[in-house]
Amino acid sequence: MTMTEFEAPHVATREPILQARNLVKTFGRVVGLDGVSLDLYPGEVLAIIGDNGAGKSTLIKCLTGAEVPDTGELFVSGQQVHFKRPQDARVHGIETVYQNLAVSPALDVASNLFLGREERRAGLLGSVFRMLDTKGMRTKAKDELTRLGISTLQDVTVPVENLSGGQRQAVAVARAAAFGSKVVVLDEPTAALGVRESNQVLQLVRDLRDRGLPVILISHNMPHVFDVADRIHIQRLGKCAATITPQSHTMTDAVAIMTGAATA
Amino acid sequence: MTQQQTAGPPSAGQADLAEEFLDRQTPLSRIRNILHRYPAVSPALVLLIAVVVFSLLNERFLRVENLSLITQQVSVVGTLAIAQTLIILTAGIDLSVGAVMILSSMVMAQLAVNNGVPAPVALLAGLVVGLAAGALNGFLVTRFRLPPFIVTLGTLNIFIALTLLYSNGATVRGSAMPALLTWTGTTFPVGPVRISTGVVMMLLLYIAVAFILGKTAWGRHVYAVGDDKEAARLAGIPVNRVLMSVYLAAGAVLAVGAWIQIGRTNAASPNGGVDLNLDSITAVVIGGTSLFGGRGSVWGTLLGALIVGVFRNGLSLAGLDVLYQTLAVGVLIIVAVSVDQWIRKVKS
Repeated sequence: MTMTEFEAPHVATREPILQARNLVKTFGRVVGLDGVSLDLYPGEVLAIIGDNGAGKSTLIKCLTGAEVPDTGELFVSGQQVHFKRPQDARVHGIETVYQNLAVSPALDVASNLFLGREERRAGLLGSVFRMLDTKGMRTKAKDELTRLGISTLQDVTVPVENLSGGQRQAVAVARAAAFGSKVVVLDEPTAALGVRESNQVLQLVRDLRDRGLPVILISHNMPHVFDVADRIHIQRLGKCAATITPQSHTMTDAVAIMTGAATA
Repeated sequence: MTQQQTAGPPSAGQADLAEEFLDRQTPLSRIRNILHRYPAVSPALVLLIAVVVFSLLNERFLRVENLSLITQQVSVVGTLAIAQTLIILTAGIDLSVGAVMILSSMVMAQLAVNNGVPAPVALLAGLVVGLAAGALNGFLVTRFRLPPFIVTLGTLNIFIALTLLYSNGATVRGSAMPALLTWTGTTFPVGPVRISTGVVMMLLLYIAVAFILGKTAWGRHVYAVGDDKEAARLAGIPVNRVLMSVYLAAGAVLAVGAWIQIGRTNAASPNGGVDLNLDSITAVVIGGTSLFGGRGSVWGTLLGALIVGVFRNGLSLAGLDVLYQTLAVGVLIIVAVSVDQWIRKVKS
């Protein structure tokens, strides 16, 4: 199988923010990843596609610390890193939006944005009584949503369970974008959404890229992938079958590579 | 709630019509939304109606001596219900609260009266017993991943047996009890009402726990863990550490309950923890805290404990047999859980 790299000229010269080299991950006798390498450059949307069982999720889990690869190396901004748990990846500025969203339905939007990273009041109220700065966090949440151009969430005091699927997704993406200083990983962000909501999320992805934050997007939806991705990493049978761009290949080509009917 | 969405571009007109249709509210669903946002509203209404009805049934009900009696009757169950609320908020349940409280009170009384240990040390030993019991429950729930229902069903029996073994089944009575242990039973006048120290202690605990749950990160994490454990974990919350701290906090609250119990009865008796278990769960559930976790407040629980106390007191003043009190409490539980289920259907 020939492996071909197509890179848009403007990214080829830069140093990758996230680099994976020859990742191998096995589960008993099942080979999840069979020597996969990946580069993520500043300001690009890298889509990862592949059939079920091709190793998309395993690859993402290894990049975000949810799984530890058997062998292989990871670099963030050129520095080698070893992620043992999701927290480690977070410390390096890699934020993930999981497929099951990971929002707490009964908590409001602002609480969810700051969940696990709550900010306390200044002075004795914060240090002795450990009192939360609810007002401050709400203001910051509102600012962050405005900055991201998420107009569908006006009221940050609404419990997340009262929101539509797209709005919940927006909350999850906003949280990742607010704290992800280097990379945002989105796992199937449009899978459960309607047409209009999907478009909102895709616009959010473009906005993140335009702000310089690189995005890794895992998706089954070819039109969505070809709509927003700069480059497309195709997983097949635990390996990277090809890395293409929406300009170099058509959707039909991509599906053919994905299913093994063609090579890049 | 989502009205701002209806102002979309013309191309999205179809979707807007559909959403507008979904947003149309009947009066019933509007009530449901209010109850969903303010879960303490329904128990407050029930308490108000109960007070009105019982004062019409018997004019003695509203007398200050009776009201003061109700608060004292509520003080022990009300304290246990705080511990129960913490655990139910994490989507758990603690069947052992009564047994832990009794064990702790036996240790306090026995050490002070029969072993001549200084009262403050005996009190501290009781607190350690409460914490140890909470640690055992928390350990079994977090490390062995057993359902809290099963864990506390087991420890309920273990603690009852330990209490009986330790006390030889004998009640420690008041005359030799040091003043510190019965201090919670002393009363003082507030206007026309006599309030016991135990009641004040319970109220202070409510204020403290309400603050912690509502205003600190730990409180927020307790709700998040009960709401969706996996989501909490992915958001970076140390789920097991939060659960463990909840069981420890509950144990400490139960030890305070033991102290209040000794003051109220002027004795420590090894019998009778089981009723308190169920009454504490009843108070939490009637108070609008969801048995499925992540939803509710201690203020609702206080109202729930008062409702149970008012029902028991009012029905006996009305001359009804104790069996009818139990019947009424049973009906209350089922109604409260049904209402909770109905409220949870909001826009799901």
